[in-house]
Amino acid sequence: MSQPTPNDPQPVAAKAPKAPAKPVARKNRVLRTSLWMSLAIVVTVLAYLFWGRDRLPATEVLQVLSGQSVPGTSFIILSDRLPRVAVGALAGAGLGISGALFQRWLGNPLASPDVIGVGYGASAAAVLAMLILGYNDWKLNVFALAGGLIVAAVIYWLSASGKRTGPRLILAGLAIGAMLQALIQYLLSRAEMNTASDAMHWLTGSLSSSNWNSALILLISLAVLGVFLLPFVLRQLKMLELGEDSAAALGVNVNQARILLVFVAVAMGAIPIAITGPLAFVAFLAGPISAALSRGPINIPLAGLTGATLVIVANFFAANLFADLALPVGVITGAFGAPFLIWILVRANSTGSGA
Amino acid sequence: MTATESMTRPTPAATGYRLPRKVLALLILAVFLLVAIVASLLFGARSVSLSTVSDALWHFDPNNGDQGVVASRFARTVGGIVVGAALGLAGAGLQGLTRNPLADTGILGLNAGSSMSVVLAIALFGVSSLTGIMVAAFIGAAVVMILVYVVASVGRDGATPIKLALGGAAMAVGVGAITNAILMVSDSTLDQFRKWQVGTLSSTPVETFIGAIPMVVIGALILLSTARVSNAVAMGDDTATALGFNLGRARLLGSIGVVILAGTATAVAGPIAFVGLMIPHAVRLLVGSDYRWLMPASLLAGPILLLVADTVGRVIAPPSEIQVGVMCALIGGPLFILMMRSGMKSVSL
Repeated sequence: MSQPTPNDPQPVAAKAPKAPAKPVARKNRVLRTSLWMSLAIVVTVLAYLFWGRDRLPATEVLQVLSGQSVPGTSFIILSDRLPRVAVGALAGAGLGISGALFQRWLGNPLASPDVIGVGYGASAAAVLAMLILGYNDWKLNVFALAGGLIVAAVIYWLSASGKRTGPRLILAGLAIGAMLQALIQYLLSRAEMNTASDAMHWLTGSLSSSNWNSALILLISLAVLGVFLLPFVLRQLKMLELGEDSAAALGVNVNQARILLVFVAVAMGAIPIAITGPLAFVAFLAGPISAALSRGPINIPLAGLTGATLVIVANFFAANLFADLALPVGVITGAFGAPFLIWILVRANSTGSGA
Repeated sequence: MTATESMTRPTPAATGYRLPRKVLALLILAVFLLVAIVASLLFGARSVSLSTVSDALWHFDPNNGDQGVVASRFARTVGGIVVGAALGLAGAGLQGLTRNPLADTGILGLNAGSSMSVVLAIALFGVSSLTGIMVAAFIGAAVVMILVYVVASVGRDGATPIKLALGGAAMAVGVGAITNAILMVSDSTLDQFRKWQVGTLSSTPVETFIGAIPMVVIGALILLSTARVSNAVAMGDDTATALGFNLGRARLLGSIGVVILAGTATAVAGPIAFVGLMIPHAVRLLVGSDYRWLMPASLLAGPILLLVADTVGRVIAPPSEIQVGVMCALIGGPLFILMMRSGMKSVSL
């Protein structure tokens, strides 16, 4: 995991111990994987537009897509299916990047925001806002975002001393996550049945309340992070991966770099969670899947694309798996993610990177 | 910790006629347990007098309201003893067999596995009998334990503490997602389940807890029989093998004991984390790290923690109450972090 990623060469690349594949070949694989991934997204989106919950007449769908207005169909396509797809893709991308950043920095494929407490922070704050304060609008999203960031700050503060930051961060995250889980369950047990059911629905992660507004919020906030901060963070990440001493010798302010990295990684994950609820496993799976497909180290942008693909595909299955039942997309990512989880655990451990 | 260990290392002779320190420790624990039991009967949203408690126990009068309160507390007191003993001992067993100071039935995902299995059993197969739910809980705990252990053992360094903890946490996320998925579909299961999922001793009839006692006894006997192996394992797997212990068989046996204990506890009280983590560490300060003493002491100390947590949860915010699972997480989480920060060297990362 300490290999430099080839598509951004840097002067110290020669220091990396292992270089199994030629950089050019690997770059091609990343590119090829990205193309296949994009193709999968396009195909799945089209399939979803035609066979969403209900099958719409293909001609009408085509008419709507070409800009004409068809009563009913226009509404379903433009106000329901397209925003869902947009929110899903953006949320998946954010989660994928977030997870991949953690996984690469901590050198551990298990260290995704799902597992190390950040997701629980956002969830606990949102459940609190829902059940105690009765919020159900944008305030809920703000709470979730703040919860994720605060919990990340606490975990970081608990672990940021000395050189063992990585393992400590993971363990502190596990403990905080377990405590927050207890809190969530406590709140759920106290709530009215209806609100508890709503909260449960949110906790599962769903795209059902997606609209263009939420898509726009996601787009803007992720774009700001992705354009202004992410490239900088990625450069520093490569230095950090050489070892913190080497990074410091190269003139990186290690502390600052770590804090910025954690901030970007958490924000990238917490913003989507704030809007859709925690979509289980997307952050966890995107990095390892993209790495397996491109047969190289985790590539952050590719992980984002993979996350988007995962959510889009899951959304299609959520709509179509059962004829009379629309599942929240989080159910699909959760249930189908479990076998992948085991695969990743085994794979991570057999390469010695499990911990 | 090292000072305590050297003081309490098994030294058969040299104690003379004084009460051996470890026996004394067990006695102290027993006294504390008695105090905790009485406190659990006395205190709550409505406190009753000691004489009412004794009246309720010896000549129960169903028309007396105060005695009724005691009767309802009696059920959860029995529950606290059964569940606390099971979780405390299961934690000690797990820590011994895996040589892992962070082992806990909650952290390793066993509770989550039991939960999922129970929900599956209720929602899909309409299981409602205690036996059925217990069997489901065992299966869930066993499957997760095998998966987590196998998965963590693959690779160079074997099942290190952090690999086990991470594997367990990741497995808990996955299993939890499936549990949520089942609950999404059925509101009635959700209503039943959300109260159970917190980990609580209230609203369970005393017969349920009493019905769990045989399982706890069986699990405890199995696990206690592995105490000597755990002592050997503490010196390293190679040493233990060289001393003639069959580690594979011992780990299998121990795992069966842990699964029976954790599965029973989860089946009757819901998932309660951190008890199995805290108890052995606290007890180690008292009796040292000889598992032949550590395990019985954990068996006594688990109920103390659970009863105290349950009683405090009842008293802290009347008239409502904070469930024992939440209380244990609130106490256990900070402790876990404290251990991680101070004892990092003992936790080989």
